[in-house]
Amino acid sequence: MASFDSAYFDIKYLDTLSYQDTAIHRLDPRVKLLTTAIFILIVVSFSKHELTGLAPLLVFPVILVSRAALPVGLLLKKIVAVSPFAVLVGAFNPLFDQQVIAHLGGVPISGGWISFASILIRFMLTVSAALILIATTSFPGICLALERLKVPRALIIQLYFLYYFIFVLMDEALRMVRARNMRAFDGRGTGLRVYVHLLGALFLRAVDRAERVHQAMFSRAFNGHFYAARRTGITYQDGIFLLAWGAFFVLCRWYNISEIIGQAALRVMHMT
Amino acid sequence: MHMADALLSPSVGATFWAASGGAIIYASKKVRLEIDEKKIPFMGVLGAFIFAAQMINFTIPGTGSSGHLGGGMILAILLGPYAAFLTIASVLIIQALFFADGGLLALGCNIFNMGIFPCFVAYPLIYKNIVRDNPTAGKITVASVISSVLALQMGAFSVVYQTLLSGRSELPFTSFVLAMQPIHLAIGVVEGFITAGIVNFVRQMRPEILEGAAKSRPLSGLPIRNILASLAILALLTGGILSWFASSFPDGLEWSIEKVYGKPELPESVHNLGRILGGFQEKSAFLPDYGFKEPSSPEDAIPEADNPEPWPAVSAGTSVSGVVGAALTAGLALLIGLALKKKR
Repeated sequence: MASFDSAYFDIKYLDTLSYQDTAIHRLDPRVKLLTTAIFILIVVSFSKHELTGLAPLLVFPVILVSRAALPVGLLLKKIVAVSPFAVLVGAFNPLFDQQVIAHLGGVPISGGWISFASILIRFMLTVSAALILIATTSFPGICLALERLKVPRALIIQLYFLYYFIFVLMDEALRMVRARNMRAFDGRGTGLRVYVHLLGALFLRAVDRAERVHQAMFSRAFNGHFYAARRTGITYQDGIFLLAWGAFFVLCRWYNISEIIGQAALRVMHMT
Repeated sequence: MHMADALLSPSVGATFWAASGGAIIYASKKVRLEIDEKKIPFMGVLGAFIFAAQMINFTIPGTGSSGHLGGGMILAILLGPYAAFLTIASVLIIQALFFADGGLLALGCNIFNMGIFPCFVAYPLIYKNIVRDNPTAGKITVASVISSVLALQMGAFSVVYQTLLSGRSELPFTSFVLAMQPIHLAIGVVEGFITAGIVNFVRQMRPEILEGAAKSRPLSGLPIRNILASLAILALLTGGILSWFASSFPDGLEWSIEKVYGKPELPESVHNLGRILGGFQEKSAFLPDYGFKEPSSPEDAIPEADNPEPWPAVSAGTSVSGVVGAALTAGLALLIGLALKKKR
């Protein structure tokens, strides 16, 4: 993981982006959540040697990023920075599956390389879908969607609290980490002992903070419900968004659009 | 270690979502019944604490690398299992969204791997039994280390299991397990000592917090077994039904091979995966579409390709693997249930 400062900055940036006002941001959170879920299910449902069939699905993140005015650089950076577990595991495929199943300009390509490439593409598609969802919906928006979808109250309240506390606590943590790092020289002072004490202190501060916040909320008549003044209800645009994308995803799954386009292009070339 | 969307098949992802979703519903009910007003913001702040703590690195002694905290056991000890489970789930949800750690489909697996094992297995079976009603610093340390190690071992194994069941990776079971378990043994020991350090620190400074957590009696009597049983059934159903959708599309491997060979299956060949898998392969050969694929002879496969199944085809052959996957999960859940029964 990146340094504390930059990771924190990224969260804040992503959070800020989610409060923009574009056509995508204005869509109902439920619709975006559902569309993203369908997208991810379709992406992972392709068999492990699929490459060309996955390509048309790239249209979804690309269009959303551009329509929602999201910074491409940040998203790419986050995709690269994300925990590399999938890439690491996938990288073994070429080793274990050396069966040649395709030839590219005379160069034999093994199934392992193809399935590894397929994992990389899946990885990119699913990670970008999740990031785009949060960057266009905002976290309270997603909580609202989950609430409407009858997710248990206890979890929703927990999510709201967690979201609000994260920004409070991260400021504390940021100061403590900076203080530690400035006093640490050549790695001394960043060991386990200091780490545990640092976390202990952070914990006590967090608990005190929670008590004060709770008292403040209680005295302002908090009764376990969060209210938001937001447009609710599914509109015409929401319906079109969900149906159009859903149809597109199914189409991509059913027909290999890359293949069809490729064949058409070849035919045109032969004719001319 | 976060499971990732890219390594998952839809049916495995959905099955674990069903299991984790069921556990969330159950834990929510318990939390609403037993928790006092004050604990709600406390859960929120502890989640934020874990979230922040995971972003702070420390230097691992003896090496140049750095590590950070997982935090499942700390939450279980400080909050009790149900509230801790919801807190872990919420932290993982935020990480899946803001860091895209793992992804949204893998979230079900990750909540299962990092929530269920520490809260509903390691905490009640190991930690509580060692510490009992009179915690001392020594007992807390021993209990924390053992339960952290165990929770991480189970979580790591679960990652291997989910990856293999999904069949997107070619890593053989044995090599994967041999890589994952020792790494997580080391991580577990470090995690255990950090957990112990923080819990002992909290006990010194704020003993009332620990007493509050210990009071929420976990897993008493029947209900947990009921929920494990219904989880198992839910997982079984989901696995069975969803695998029709998952694998009735023409298998892309066969599809792409057809392009090359003009036949849907590979000729008998250097495919040495089966040999490496050895005995395990034989047992798992009835999972044709999930990972342990061994090319059969071309003659067997041709008729299959002549009649592509309509979508979604309810075919016994494909849903067998889904049901078997779910059955394995259910078996796991049942084992947990049995283990609990013994202890009571």
